[in-house]
Amino acid sequence: MSGVLTSLRGLTVTYGSGEAAHMALQGLDLDILKGERLAVIGESGSGKSTLALALGGLLPPEARIDGRIDWPGFAAPPRAGRDIGFVFQDAGASLNPVIPVGRQIAEVARLHLGLSRPEARDRARALLARVRIPDPDSALAAYPHQLSGGQRQRVAIAAAIAGEPSLLIADEATSALDTIVQAEIVALLDELVHAEGMTLIFITHDIALASGFADRIAVLHDARLVEARPAAELLGAPGQAYTARLLASHIGLDTPPLIAEEQP
Amino acid sequence: MRAPLLAVQGLTKTYRSGGREVKGLDDVSLSVAAGETIGLVGPSGSGKSTLARVVMRLIEPDAGTIAFGGENLGALNGKALRTVRKRIQMVFQDPSAAFNPRATVADVLADPLRIHGLASPAERPRRIAQLLDSVGLSANLAARPVHAVSGGQRQRVAIARALATEPELIVLDEAVSALDVTVRGQVLDLLVRLQRERGLAYLFVSHDLAVVRAVSHRIAIMDRGRIVETGPAGTVVADPQSETGRALVAAIPRLHISHLNREASQNA
Repeated sequence: MSGVLTSLRGLTVTYGSGEAAHMALQGLDLDILKGERLAVIGESGSGKSTLALALGGLLPPEARIDGRIDWPGFAAPPRAGRDIGFVFQDAGASLNPVIPVGRQIAEVARLHLGLSRPEARDRARALLARVRIPDPDSALAAYPHQLSGGQRQRVAIAAAIAGEPSLLIADEATSALDTIVQAEIVALLDELVHAEGMTLIFITHDIALASGFADRIAVLHDARLVEARPAAELLGAPGQAYTARLLASHIGLDTPPLIAEEQP
Repeated sequence: MRAPLLAVQGLTKTYRSGGREVKGLDDVSLSVAAGETIGLVGPSGSGKSTLARVVMRLIEPDAGTIAFGGENLGALNGKALRTVRKRIQMVFQDPSAAFNPRATVADVLADPLRIHGLASPAERPRRIAQLLDSVGLSANLAARPVHAVSGGQRQRVAIARALATEPELIVLDEAVSALDVTVRGQVLDLLVRLQRERGLAYLFVSHDLAVVRAVSHRIAIMDRGRIVETGPAGTVVADPQSETGRALVAAIPRLHISHLNREASQNA
């Protein structure tokens, strides 16, 4: 890890105005380091998705942004899709339903890397293999609906990294998947960012999921940053009551059952 | 053992999709005793929600029988079916999709009372207040639009609605999966308390084996339309016998606290 990729100071995002004004993020101070895997944890309404959109410059026009987002890690302001790859929760909604997935991935490579059509198609095939889609050759021609949810998410990841971004933002990217597929996708993301030297921002409501691979964890609650610390420290000794509450709410296989064990 | 409250036998349901046949349910048999929670867990597409819907007769099976309280549910129609239906209720993952978007909390709770003739219009406000109280909500919530309450409150309203007919079995289909974790625990506590107080049985459908384990007496694991493993919850989790069971246990995210602590102290 060397240096700061992006620096947020007093970042505030407001929707609406006057009486109806609603702050989705309030005074966020956070540095994101080059090459780190940062997990952003929060419940609904915490502002975690707003943070993702703000970083990518993808906030809707009616959102008002105050504070600063600086990018010391980039020579020029990064572009979403090129320098920042996104993976969202619902790959079915991110992918175009009427275009074969190979063309969708190739399009990103053509647009951002200036590849010719045949080159881009080769790259799409290589990316499908990279995200471990079985039989990438025939998958190139598949439409999103012909793939399972897990495979669609793999395709979305392939499209997200097709422009060779240095920052990958995964926003609840595994939340709609069953636990078995979720574990596979998390392992894939972890391996990809490691191999490609990408910075990963992994946004999730599941602190246990993040605990498995994040270098650092940032906890958001009610539009504010609660704490951001190395994962081991934060999990071992939460500095804030809210973080402790999140950890206590986790239900794992070793959580004592809530019922009396004997049969009724 | 007493006669089970719910016993399904040989349930089969085949879907046709693009010329292919997909076995939604493939010879599924399962029983639920009164006051018992059966956790039904499996990957996406394993058939667990199909089974839940067949039990509710929202989907008709191609073959097999469903017996509830000794009656053959599949043979009932009209009034007789309505009478039995009162005794089985369902709570879905997304209560906002299950509610009329313009309804108030009181409207939502009045529906089952009216449909099943359980309370006269004059009695309804008192009964609605009781139902809200039983799920830990204030009676003041009754006048609120159901879309203006929080997700956790909305799922409590869905549970209150299910309780309105005083059922013996509630089918919970991913009923806590969309809730924030801090709210999820409270709703699970509520379900366990209601079971203790009323002797309710639950068919608890979820993709999350850890949550299932926390509330279930027995667990049935489904994959590709079949039940591949059934047993006491602790046994299934500690020593899964099926490949799917082992995969589900392995895939549960673990809080890596102790491991990280060790690393942290070594680095210190």
